[in-house]
Amino acid sequence: MLTGSGSIVLTALSITVITMNSNKKSNQSKNEDNHESRRDFLKTSSILTAIVVAPSTVSKAAEFNLGEKINAAFETTPVNLTVNGIKKQLTIEPRSTLLDVLREQMDLTGTKKGCDYGQCGACTVHVNGQRVLSCLSLAVMQEGKQVTTIEGLAKGEELHPMQQAFIKHDGFQCGYCTPGQIMSAVACINEGHAESKEDIKEFMSGNICRCGAYPNIVKAIQEVKNGGQKS
Amino acid sequence: MIQFQFERASTVKAAVNAMVNNANAKFIAGGTNLVDLMKRNVMTPAKLIDINTVPLGNIQQLQGKTSIGALALNSQVADDKLIQEKHPLLAKALNAGASAQIRNMATVGGNMMQRTRCAYFYDTALPCNKRQPGSGCGALEGVNRMHAIFGASEQCIAVHPSDMCVALVALDASVVVAGPKGERRIPFGEFHRLPGSQPDKDNNLQNNELIISVEIPDNEFNRNTHYFKVRDRASYAFALISVAAALHMDGQIIKEARLAMGGVAHKPWRLTDAEKSMVGKRANAETFQQAAEIAMQGAKAYKHNAFKLKMGPNVIVEALKNAAGIV
Repeated sequence: MLTGSGSIVLTALSITVITMNSNKKSNQSKNEDNHESRRDFLKTSSILTAIVVAPSTVSKAAEFNLGEKINAAFETTPVNLTVNGIKKQLTIEPRSTLLDVLREQMDLTGTKKGCDYGQCGACTVHVNGQRVLSCLSLAVMQEGKQVTTIEGLAKGEELHPMQQAFIKHDGFQCGYCTPGQIMSAVACINEGHAESKEDIKEFMSGNICRCGAYPNIVKAIQEVKNGGQKS
Repeated sequence: MIQFQFERASTVKAAVNAMVNNANAKFIAGGTNLVDLMKRNVMTPAKLIDINTVPLGNIQQLQGKTSIGALALNSQVADDKLIQEKHPLLAKALNAGASAQIRNMATVGGNMMQRTRCAYFYDTALPCNKRQPGSGCGALEGVNRMHAIFGASEQCIAVHPSDMCVALVALDASVVVAGPKGERRIPFGEFHRLPGSQPDKDNNLQNNELIISVEIPDNEFNRNTHYFKVRDRASYAFALISVAAALHMDGQIIKEARLAMGGVAHKPWRLTDAEKSMVGKRANAETFQQAAEIAMQGAKAYKHNAFKLKMGPNVIVEALKNAAGIV
């Protein structure tokens, strides 16, 4: 995690590098007269990348000039997941995260991609009842597990008490962190880590809200913890 | 993220065998650091060996020691009744680290194996001897606010980011590891290493060895402990400085003391001379101040982390006061 002035300076350095790269790229596209040459360039470069980094099957694929078929040579693997109570068999690449599989392959876009590096909590889901970060979970490692996303909390049209409490207490502004906050909040109570305001603040610290709805999120959790008695 | 081969191992033997002749393979357990590093191309293993089905998750009391399986989750250890009763310092340190979600994923072995959070290590556009030996240390003359004040070298001034390890080194733990030739035990203080001229090596584990468990010998440090972590925000941030303090008291007299710091060195930093200085003395501000002065001997700051020289002794004194219950 980068913090303070350090990250600012480093970010500035990275931006310089990125800018240089993009200048290079734009010059390149000016020189390219047609789409054909660009496609060839991409094809060649992807093969080169594959040779450098790939498992042996892929290197072989490149040797045999398989060109655009190269993606098929990457190993995919079947994985069985139960998502929101429904059993699914999916075919995935080992490098796919649970977050990307949920969003891109299962169209469950309620789970949000925030930082994608385990720093913000927007991607929080439950796996076997425990809250985890789906962006740092490889989907292939969830074989046979029960996954619950924000879409799986409500019973039909009836919202989960935590969803209702978030609405009642205005526990969000832009709403982007909200699915992660709610999944985390439900688990926070189940774990027994919502005994006090301080407890809630500490055990909800993995969910960042840049709108700053924290006081209202704490109120919503307290209400659900106390069985809806306090408001 | 680059492509990699993926396989599962369900026994220690299978896991160790899978690593033989695979210099560029890595074990994966919780993945909270490795997946992050792979996304950033800081680490690019050709093969991942998933060890999550190896039965290494038990926490149990054995003759004279507590054994914690390498695959026990950080949250599982922190919430464990046995740990809370016998080694509360460890539970406190664990709860000071990361977030609830990450603690639900991260394992004890993985926590020990996590890499530094030095920004130069993480940014592949910048030099870093740990990531790319010979490329230089960007932090040495760069932005080094988070960096080491003890045991650094011209090659690397990064710190080890773990909280759990600070408690474990204070509690004299041992690490049990398995390799092709069987098991061996490494004292916790000798598990991680200082950077020297080989900062790419974080620890003394061989590539084909797997951490099996951590063992904490029985002790009298369960009544007076404190883990004090100072960071840029109240929670979910790495330590600027953290201190694990444990006292075995006889009335107001200190019979034995344990003290270790985090966020100050390439390894969890045990302070044995400071510990010895407190033995037989009364638990008061003067004793603790003196211990803090001894602890800070040899500390060396860089351009942006000189504040740690002043913060260090203050954090030590506060941690000890809290442990002794005199705040």
